[in-house]
Amino acid sequence: MDWWLPLKGSTFAGPIDGLFLAILIITGIAFVVVEAGVLWFSVRYRHREGRKARHVHGSTKAEVVWTAVPAVTVVALGIVSNQHWERIKGRESVPADAYPIAIHAEQFEWNVTYPGPDGELGNGDDFTVRNQLHVPVGRNVLLVLTAEDVIHSFWVPVFRLKQDAVPGMTIRAWVQPTVAGEYELACAELCGMGHYKMRARVFVHPQPDFETWMQQQILEGAQS
Amino acid sequence: MTHATMDMMHPPVPAEPGVQAYNLKLGMWVFLASEVMFFTGLIGSYVVLRFGVTEWARPGVVLNIPITALNTFLLICSSVSMVKAYAAIADGDQKGLRLWFLLTILGGAAFVGVQVYEYLHLVHIGFVPSGVREGSELAERVAGGAAPAATMGLYGSTFYTMTGFHGFHVTCGVVSMIYLYIRKVLPGKYTQQDYRGVEVVGLYWHFVDLVWIILFTIVYLI
Amino acid sequence: MTSHATTAPAGHAHHDDRSFLAKYVFSTDHKIIGIQFLFLSLFFLLVGGVLAMQMRWQLGFPNQPMPGGGILPETWATDGVLLPEYYIQLVTMHGTFMVFFAIMPLLVGVYANFLIPLKIGTHDMAFPRINMASFWVAFLAGAVMLSSMFVPEGPSRAGWTMYAPLSARADLSGVLLGQQLWCVAIILLGLSSILGSLNYITTVINNRAPGMTWFRLPLSVWSLFITAILGLLALPVLSGAGIMLLFDQTLGTHFFDTTAGGQALLWQHLFWFFGHPEVYILILPAMGMVSDIIANGSRKPIFGYHSMVFAIVGIGFLSWIVWGHHMFMSGMNPTLGSTFMVTTMIIAVPSAIKVFNWLGTMWEGNLHFHVPMLNAVGFVAMFVIGGLSGVFMAATPVDMPIHDTYFIVAHIHYVLFGGSLFALFGAITYWYPKMFGRMMNERWGKIHFWLTMLFFNLVFFPMHNLGMGGHMRRIYDPTVYNFLDPMQGVNRFISLSAFALFVVQGIFAVNFVWSLFRGKKADANPWRDNGLEWSLPNPAPHGNWERVPSVYRGPYEFSHPQASEDFLPQHVKLPGDQEPASAKGAAR
Ligand code: HEA
Ligand code: HEA
Ligand code: CUA
Ligand SMILES: [Cu+2]
Repeated sequence: MDWWLPLKGSTFAGPIDGLFLAILIITGIAFVVVEAGVLWFSVRYRHREGRKARHVHGSTKAEVVWTAVPAVTVVALGIVSNQHWERIKGRESVPADAYPIAIHAEQFEWNVTYPGPDGELGNGDDFTVRNQLHVPVGRNVLLVLTAEDVIHSFWVPVFRLKQDAVPGMTIRAWVQPTVAGEYELACAELCGMGHYKMRARVFVHPQPDFETWMQQQILEGAQS
Repeated sequence: MTHATMDMMHPPVPAEPGVQAYNLKLGMWVFLASEVMFFTGLIGSYVVLRFGVTEWARPGVVLNIPITALNTFLLICSSVSMVKAYAAIADGDQKGLRLWFLLTILGGAAFVGVQVYEYLHLVHIGFVPSGVREGSELAERVAGGAAPAATMGLYGSTFYTMTGFHGFHVTCGVVSMIYLYIRKVLPGKYTQQDYRGVEVVGLYWHFVDLVWIILFTIVYLI
Repeated sequence: MTSHATTAPAGHAHHDDRSFLAKYVFSTDHKIIGIQFLFLSLFFLLVGGVLAMQMRWQLGFPNQPMPGGGILPETWATDGVLLPEYYIQLVTMHGTFMVFFAIMPLLVGVYANFLIPLKIGTHDMAFPRINMASFWVAFLAGAVMLSSMFVPEGPSRAGWTMYAPLSARADLSGVLLGQQLWCVAIILLGLSSILGSLNYITTVINNRAPGMTWFRLPLSVWSLFITAILGLLALPVLSGAGIMLLFDQTLGTHFFDTTAGGQALLWQHLFWFFGHPEVYILILPAMGMVSDIIANGSRKPIFGYHSMVFAIVGIGFLSWIVWGHHMFMSGMNPTLGSTFMVTTMIIAVPSAIKVFNWLGTMWEGNLHFHVPMLNAVGFVAMFVIGGLSGVFMAATPVDMPIHDTYFIVAHIHYVLFGGSLFALFGAITYWYPKMFGRMMNERWGKIHFWLTMLFFNLVFFPMHNLGMGGHMRRIYDPTVYNFLDPMQGVNRFISLSAFALFVVQGIFAVNFVWSLFRGKKADANPWRDNGLEWSLPNPAPHGNWERVPSVYRGPYEFSHPQASEDFLPQHVKLPGDQEPASAKGAAR
């Protein structure tokens, strides 16, 4: 559906969409209660000859109810949300086995650095690809985000993952893609006139294809 | 006090027993609240920035502490003389008011003068808002390891912004006191019954003094 | 009606012999200053709307020449097609004008000035001259901000939130002078609001009429009072931040320069520490005036007056500890994010109290749907949508996909247009007679309300879906992305509805201007309300009352059993009532 949530492309998508729906239901109820009240009262109590308004200043019982119910609801909501939040963005949440990829954002492109054969960043064998993010499906990926000039924001809708890349900071985020295919990476933070076209392609490969792609890159790197 | 003075030193129409401060005084307190937030913003940023970096120029390397300590003392004295001026008019002593009020003005003016001198000197040796001027005396000392080059930029930014805006506040105080001195104090417009102007400008003056004591501590001494 | 018995309105006795200049231009009369703010901010509302229309054209019909776009200078559009730089400047200035120069002065500048002295029963503000200064400084700020549109590189390109380092580095944003002017204008605006706020606060605390105790204050005054406190404490922080930004651009300081140890997030913390109280500055007065209007329209005492007051105070307090909810994705410590999520969620509670108390007020009332009442009820219906969408964003995990998307844009407009602006359409119509002595046209008011309600929702509701689909904010051309292609139809639909929405506002504009000269003359108390302002003739004379009235009860005694009519003004003395103790003090 074009007007609903995008494809669920990572392990985050499930819980986040679930929470979204939960909040949609809660707020939906609140919405219906309020709007129905507005409409019904507007019709039921509109001015009529000889109608006299009831001279009351309030009702403690009613007020306690409509203070307590939302209070309990939002606190519960907060607790539930926080568990997901800690698992997704918590400083300690990054899985140890995550495959590291460094992403350096600058006006107006994404420099994606891969660890190369040894699977670790920062050794001589790393190589960088512009505006292409290649990740293996079903594997935890660690994204090390940095920025050259201004604030940018890493945003892949199908992953439901968004994280600003801030100059002067090194920010770690992680994700586990679940559906192979080609998607888009967008910059979500205004970063200048080219913000709207700061776009990269995202390839989620089945593990074997990822290996072969990796090999190609290394060969090409060797040639050039 | 007579009913007439009630009217001057107290709220015009108390709707109910509330704050017993006349408009001007209450207004000044309210204004000072916003001033507190303004300086909190500046000082807070300074703290965040300074403790965001590992190294910072040690006290006394760039700034001349003795002179500024003297200046601080001067400002505190002017606060005292302001209290004296207030006490004087409170028991109707016009001569005392003139004397102490004038001394307060002089104290404030002197403070600004010394600060201007300090700025000129600092700029001369090469300490500017953007940090250290190329090829200046200070630049050499920093190159020689007297202060961490990496954070001198922040040092200059925060120093000039905070002390500058404080200096601006002192200047405003001095100007308004000179105005009051000519228009109100000398003609003897303040009386034992109504000396609101003195009290209100005094509030402002003590506030500016307090801010300086904080700034002096965190910018010069720590 | 015995309204004049206890109160002699000023102006009849001593006829007002001030020069035209002193009367209407450099006036120290709080009512004139309020009216000056009204014209100023309506002008900026119009400007903000015109900018929005150009944005909508580009979003709905990317890279097609805009009708009339030919007249735009080369630096903005090439043969009618808007340039990306210019689009960002449109967004930036749209947000800036709407928030700082339209809604904020409309709510605070106009109604804090016009209503506070009239409703608490005093002659004028505590410091009329400072009050006048506050207007002229705001005027200057507006002029500077407007002028930044016409300097060489044009205005700022960093969004109304001015995130550093983009805003601090001309080499990265491409604008220097326009950016500096933005800072100057905002610093001036901050000064203006502080001058205003200290006036409102002092006046409410010290100058209430005898018997006008704290819990007899109309909720509009309560909310304006709390708003003034928020403004007093929040704007200096913005001014401070603006000064640092200006110095970074001008003196080469390094506050936000990450290459020299400065911090990018420092700006965000300072801005949002101001920014969130600011958004409540933009809603509390609206809530207060809506409360007055709904009670009047329902001919019924406001439901739960005390809890309404505590809700206002509660919202005002909470607004200081939620700013981090704008920074969930900014790299701020996630644990801090959790705290901000909880505090943010809690704000739903006082807001709930207010919403349900409005419903309670309508319940078993005798509802008269005059234009202000229509807009006030419309406010409740629309604000709730914006408030509830806020709960999605408050939940940190859910904010991850919708942050910086059109879901936020939808939220903004439901609270600011559906909320504040609907309340303002109501308030303007409601106090128009006391300002200008004439009524606005009833029929056209109703037509304007219904059409606005219709097109407003057609424009902004679909934006929720765009946001759910991942549609980023502040992008010049959505068609760059494949995943946005399917949504282009929605974008075009929104744009067309937006043009209609703009045209419909013409009805209000015409009604407003036409009624100034042709509107039917209003009598002193056209809405049959209890507030002290209605005890004065139209338009209220300079100095308001010769002798300020004494107050005997709260402002919401509608359909009182002892009253002959269905309303009972605050200053009317019933046999049972006794003089407030301090009444004799009022004889000045
Ligand atoms: C008038 C202005 C106004 C108001 C009143 C609000 C009110 C609220 N706002 Fe909003 N907000 C803005 C103006 C406003 N906001 C603007 C301009 C931005 C964007 C800034 C930018 O980036 O450009 C923004 C952005 C913004 C964000 C950041 C989003 C992001 O960038 O990712 C968040 C996140 O938490 C948020 C939350 C809220 C909440 C929880 C409320 C609450 O106060 C709402 C409370 C009200 C209700 C909840 C409805 C009534 C209650 C009931 C009917 C009871 C039942 C309810 C429940 C049980 C839940 N707002
Ligand atoms: C109160 C605030 C307010 C109001 C009323 C509006 C009104 C409108 N806004 Fe705006 N908007 C914001 C505040 C507001 N906006 C903010 C803060 C942002 C974020 C900016 C940023 O990201 O930096 C934003 C961003 C924003 C965007 C996102 C841009 C982007 O991210 O790329 C869009 C896109 O459609 C938009 C559209 C509109 C439209 C179509 C209207 C229409 O409703 C306009 C209709 C026209 C009018 C309301 C004016 C009518 C004139 C009168 C009634 C005056 C009468 C005159 C006399 C009597 C003389 N707005
Ligand atoms: Cu990079 Cu927007
Ligand atoms: Cu907020």
